[in-house]
Amino acid sequence: MSSFWSLWIIVLTIVTLVGVTWLLFANRKTRLNAENEAKTGHVYDGIEEYDNPLPAWWFNLFVLTLIFTVGYLVFYPGMGNFKGLLKWTSIQQWQEEVDAAEEKFKPLYQSLAAKPIPELAKDKEAMKIGQRLFANSCATCHGSDAGGAIGYPNLRDHDWLYGGEPDNIVTSIKGGRNAVMPAWANTLGGKGLEDMASYVLALSKGEASSEHPAAETFQTMCSVCHGADGSGNIALGAPNLTDDIWLYGGKPEQILQSLAIGRNGKMPAQQDILSPEKIHILSAYVYSLSNE
Amino acid sequence: MSASFDHPVYNYKVVRQFTVMTVVWGIVGMLVGVLIAAQLVWPILNFDLPWLHFGRLRPLHTNAVIFAFGGCALFASSLFVVQRTCQAPLISNKLAAFVFWGWQLIILLAAISLPMGWTSGKEYAELEWPIDILIAVVWVAYAILFFGTIMKRKTSHIYVANWFFGAFIITVAVLHIVNSLAVPVTLTKSYSVYAGAVDAMVQWWYGHNAVGFFLTAGFLGIMYYFVPKQAERPVYSYRLSIVHFWALIAIYIWAGPHHLHYTALPDWAQSLGMVMSLLLLAPSWGGMINGVMTLSGAWHKLRDDPILRFLIVSLSFYGMSTFEGPMMSIKTVNSLSHYTDWTIGHVHSGALGWVAMVSIGCMYHLIPIMFNRARMYSIRLINVHFWMSTIGTVLYIASMWVNGIIQGLMWRAYNSDNSLSYSFVQSVEASYPGYLVRFLGGAIFAAGMLLMAYNLWLTATRENHEDEPLKSEEGAQ
Repeated sequence: MSSFWSLWIIVLTIVTLVGVTWLLFANRKTRLNAENEAKTGHVYDGIEEYDNPLPAWWFNLFVLTLIFTVGYLVFYPGMGNFKGLLKWTSIQQWQEEVDAAEEKFKPLYQSLAAKPIPELAKDKEAMKIGQRLFANSCATCHGSDAGGAIGYPNLRDHDWLYGGEPDNIVTSIKGGRNAVMPAWANTLGGKGLEDMASYVLALSKGEASSEHPAAETFQTMCSVCHGADGSGNIALGAPNLTDDIWLYGGKPEQILQSLAIGRNGKMPAQQDILSPEKIHILSAYVYSLSNE
Repeated sequence: MSASFDHPVYNYKVVRQFTVMTVVWGIVGMLVGVLIAAQLVWPILNFDLPWLHFGRLRPLHTNAVIFAFGGCALFASSLFVVQRTCQAPLISNKLAAFVFWGWQLIILLAAISLPMGWTSGKEYAELEWPIDILIAVVWVAYAILFFGTIMKRKTSHIYVANWFFGAFIITVAVLHIVNSLAVPVTLTKSYSVYAGAVDAMVQWWYGHNAVGFFLTAGFLGIMYYFVPKQAERPVYSYRLSIVHFWALIAIYIWAGPHHLHYTALPDWAQSLGMVMSLLLLAPSWGGMINGVMTLSGAWHKLRDDPILRFLIVSLSFYGMSTFEGPMMSIKTVNSLSHYTDWTIGHVHSGALGWVAMVSIGCMYHLIPIMFNRARMYSIRLINVHFWMSTIGTVLYIASMWVNGIIQGLMWRAYNSDNSLSYSFVQSVEASYPGYLVRFLGGAIFAAGMLLMAYNLWLTATRENHEDEPLKSEEGAQ
């Protein structure tokens, strides 16, 4: 903030506070009129006004809040660039709380993170922690039962887009994943898309034949990622097309849409949000879901 | 004819129109509120239709109760009070008609555009830019009408109710225009000229002062006329009204940042917003003291007069929510209460307990005058309405306190491994009983408005019978 705006805030604040204090004291009147019956003499549509003094408790309440206000603005930020005598900032308070929590919980997490993932996955207490981490960080997309939804992989089956080994899972959680299934509408055209959808459907039923009108196109266009036999590639996150598991739905129209517009599934990276120890425990939890 | 001839011929037509529409829009706005409260208990009531979705009906509810119901109550009362206390008729009957029909058109456009999903996304300022321009035009016409009449007054001073109405009219104009500045893209879509934290700050500068000047200053104007009038007592303290008026309008405008505690808003703005909110306690209570103490020496009237009871109980709720507000603006309290149902409860203790009840009391005073009757057709129904409103409000705010504190505590609870104890959806599950009680409270309150409409209809269409007041007043005991 420039010093002009800082001064602007300070001046406005002081003028307001001084003005209100003056208003309060200038209108103070402790003496009660005889029988309290003195009126101002104004009459509006039959309404008259007494001129009773400000109630003492109310006056004192006002003064107290004024004193608190001035005190608070001395100790805490408020007057433009003036930081306050305590030099308090919300970021610092947050950092202190985070540091205190880190300090307190570090031993627990370090001891758990020292165990290899397959072993940790069998530790019931550790998996309770993993389940809570999952509920807070993952359940929004993958569901509280990790069963997934359209566009969000089911984590309880044995089908893995990017691999189900402990290291694969850690990598997925840490850095996230970005899927790049291109859109084929322009390349294949309407008829081509429908043929391809029918071929992909046949693949999942194990009925694909090389006589199929789209078989050759599949080899030139799709096999690069999904493999010649359509069984996928975990290095690229290309799904296995020969099973009956569908990330974006297995109905003909859903497959057609995936082909036409492409899919860009995004798993967000967690490494800036969760500590390495927590990611380790979370990975063990995800691993445990399909390796019970 | 009750109209006496010692004053000029006032324009009661526009007051009568706004009075009737206050009751109509009160019913509509509150029923939409009851529907969305029910949706939170039974989500099936969305009917899977986008126009009935909570996200679209919620702004319709807030706009309808604040600007349609509350707005019509303010137009009716301010245009009545300014004429009576200045002993001058409105400067232009045509302008008055323009304000009435313009405002009704705005409400109609809101009722269409919000369910269509056309929104600027700014809370309490959702209406899109063509409607915003219309609001500005009608508002300026209203200001000319009001201040023009003040200038033609035959009294030497300006009555305190008019100070509050005047502050409300000027400030709302500034707030509305500054906050609604936007770049139009199409007829139904625009983008705010502000960005990021600045946008948030402008929005809550507007949002909080919509509460401060629309829902507080404006309705204090109503209080300052209708409480002494209904109680037939002088106002308690002229000097108190001076101090709390100027303090209120000087400080309220600073309080917006307490809506943005622990956000990207700079620390200095949060601190200033917080202390100014605390400082607001005394000026807010000044209005309550002046209203309630006006009754001193006439407390017995509360026993017989349900209209006065509406007015005085509304001041109690006003006092309660203006204590709660500063308390919730303290950062430590806010860290628990923010984003929970406690906020909704706080708003409704102000909206139902204060704004609606003081408006209802004012309307029961105005309706007989507007239809040349000695009193409302049924005093007994007013009494029933009073109890329905009070019980409805208490159920609403108590359930939201409980919900808010449950949610706040669940969100911050953590386990021995430093993970959160509850997922968000568990706190939603825990809120169900509160949602049900809130729905019941709101439904009772809204049903009371139906009684009011019935009573209005009886008053407008039937002559009072001379022997009836005694009977119905006996029934009210």
